[in-house]
Amino acid sequence: MYRYLAWTGLTAVLFLVPFYLDGFWLQTGLFAMSAAIGAIGINLLTGATGQLSMGHAFFLAVGAYAYVFFSAEPTARLGGLGLPTGLAAVLAVVVAGVAGGLFSPIAGRLKGAYLGIATFALIFGGQHVLFNAEHLTGGFNGRAVPELDLFGFSFGDTPELIVLQVPFGTLERLWFLGLALVALSMVFARGVLKGRPGRAMNTIRDHEIAAGVMGVPVARYRAGVFVLSSMYGGLAGVLLALVFQRTVPEYFGVLLSLDYLAMIVIGGLGSVGGAVLGALFVSLLPQLLTKYSDSIPLVAAPGTPGGVSPAEAARILYGAAVVTVVLFLPGGLLGLIRKIRLRPPRLRLPLSSPSPETRSPHVP
Amino acid sequence: MTTFVELLVNGISIGAVYALIALGFVVIFKATEVVNFAHASLLLAGGYLIARLWPLVGFWAALLIGVAAAALVAAAIEFLVIRRANVASHSVLAIVTIGVDIVITTELTRQIGTDVLAMGDPWGSQVVRFGGVTLAETRIVALVTAAALITAFLLAFKYTGWGVAMRAAAEDAETAALMGVRLGRVSMSAWAVAGGLAAVAALFLCVFPTPGLDRSTSLVALKAFPAAILGGLDSTTGALVGGLIIGVTESMMSGYQNDMAFLGRGIGDVAPFLVMLVILLIRPAGLFGTKELARV
Repeated sequence: MYRYLAWTGLTAVLFLVPFYLDGFWLQTGLFAMSAAIGAIGINLLTGATGQLSMGHAFFLAVGAYAYVFFSAEPTARLGGLGLPTGLAAVLAVVVAGVAGGLFSPIAGRLKGAYLGIATFALIFGGQHVLFNAEHLTGGFNGRAVPELDLFGFSFGDTPELIVLQVPFGTLERLWFLGLALVALSMVFARGVLKGRPGRAMNTIRDHEIAAGVMGVPVARYRAGVFVLSSMYGGLAGVLLALVFQRTVPEYFGVLLSLDYLAMIVIGGLGSVGGAVLGALFVSLLPQLLTKYSDSIPLVAAPGTPGGVSPAEAARILYGAAVVTVVLFLPGGLLGLIRKIRLRPPRLRLPLSSPSPETRSPHVP
Repeated sequence: MTTFVELLVNGISIGAVYALIALGFVVIFKATEVVNFAHASLLLAGGYLIARLWPLVGFWAALLIGVAAAALVAAAIEFLVIRRANVASHSVLAIVTIGVDIVITTELTRQIGTDVLAMGDPWGSQVVRFGGVTLAETRIVALVTAAALITAFLLAFKYTGWGVAMRAAAEDAETAALMGVRLGRVSMSAWAVAGGLAAVAALFLCVFPTPGLDRSTSLVALKAFPAAILGGLDSTTGALVGGLIIGVTESMMSGYQNDMAFLGRGIGDVAPFLVMLVILLIRPAGLFGTKELARV
């Protein structure tokens, strides 16, 4: 009962946000939504299946650039197909999946941290292509992102739209699209994790040989989850491109991939809620520090020499958070919340979703 | 032909430096089964200290302090974090090292800012000529030093008590502990050795012809990861061969990039990773890695 009330309340608050908060917060929120989608994807791979990936930023880049390429009208300097933008977005996600599939000979055979190092190749190779294939990607300067247009409804600033005396620009419109996409991603991932595939994935993570003996095609599952996770990455990339309105290659580097790993560890490995919580934490932290840098000690305003800039302070904080979580909070933020909720006297056993803690620590 | 020889020798020299990094990486993996993504930050820490201290205490003392400090930082990571992390999966331990890496690298790059720090080495930009082949003195010193360090390490690994303890612990930790090997010390010393090797590597990555230590140095260090994995994460021989393959590939691809303009600018930086992918496709455990077998 409380659960439903809480969800309804949360949904209502999320719907009201664009009516009260300004562009800065909407943009921050949209970044967090994009991060949440990407984090769900990588949590399926790393958290639930135990496969480390450093290459997630690459799939975000594929999604973002594929969307731009499919939807942009071709010009003399830059290529494009000029497809309807809705179709372009779907195709972009598919292309990200195909890119993940092309990597499957490696993704299926390597495990754990080995795969992590192998996927560095995606990042560096990807950066190389982004900077050099100027006809496709615009090179160093990147490309402008066409506005999304779904069934005649434009997610841009024109035509003017005023809802309850609040002008609805690009960010306000995208806000609702973002909410819908996050919700869809969560529901789908939850379905995957709760059903047969989820159990197979967890078994592969906990004991590869046992999984194989019980008839789970280990390599096929690993490759499959890698494809699924890259499609999530692609979707996150499309949303990110729409919010940024410009794609630049530098953004999709090693640091972005590390951010995603930090998100899922901080939030909680192997669960959908954990990925979303971690994504919120990691993407809101730098923005909060930037906004309130005057009133926080030790953090200097951006651009002032000497002090720790908000972006750096945020990185140091969540780097430390990753270490702290693994040392003291196995299960991440989500595990912490569960622990608080399950404290006596209202001792309830969780009926749903046995999550990472349920596995035995003795199994290697 | 002279270009080819120059590129080859330079490649071998830089490869030997990568081998130093990869060797540390492999030692840590053998001793604690942790894939240490914080390795780049250890390297940056050592290099940074050398670059900052040489104007104060002279180059050789700075080098010594830098190596010792990197070893200390590495040992501290093992003692404070790795040993205390109570996790079932080694993937999670790898992510912890990523957290450590984020903290150290962010702080150091902040300290470095936009500066390019000279390393104050005595070799400067002098070159040596053999016939028509011109080689930088730094490259020769790097090659000799790396070869000496690697030989010393391999001998110690084979003949000293420490080496035997390390190999025993890697073979079967439980039995080794029962035989009186102190696992804590073994893994801590492994981390310390790796840190020291990384600091030496940092010196040679930042001397002539590179302009010096700057914020992108930790990215350069990432090229040692493919070196370690294509040789096989649990093989010291693999680390050496891997380092050389990566070094020579990079040097050749950068040297002849004008003849391969269709591949785009900066292909030399990507080539190591592409080579790694090709080798992993054929041998998923690396060239010399032990294929994992399990009894059920």
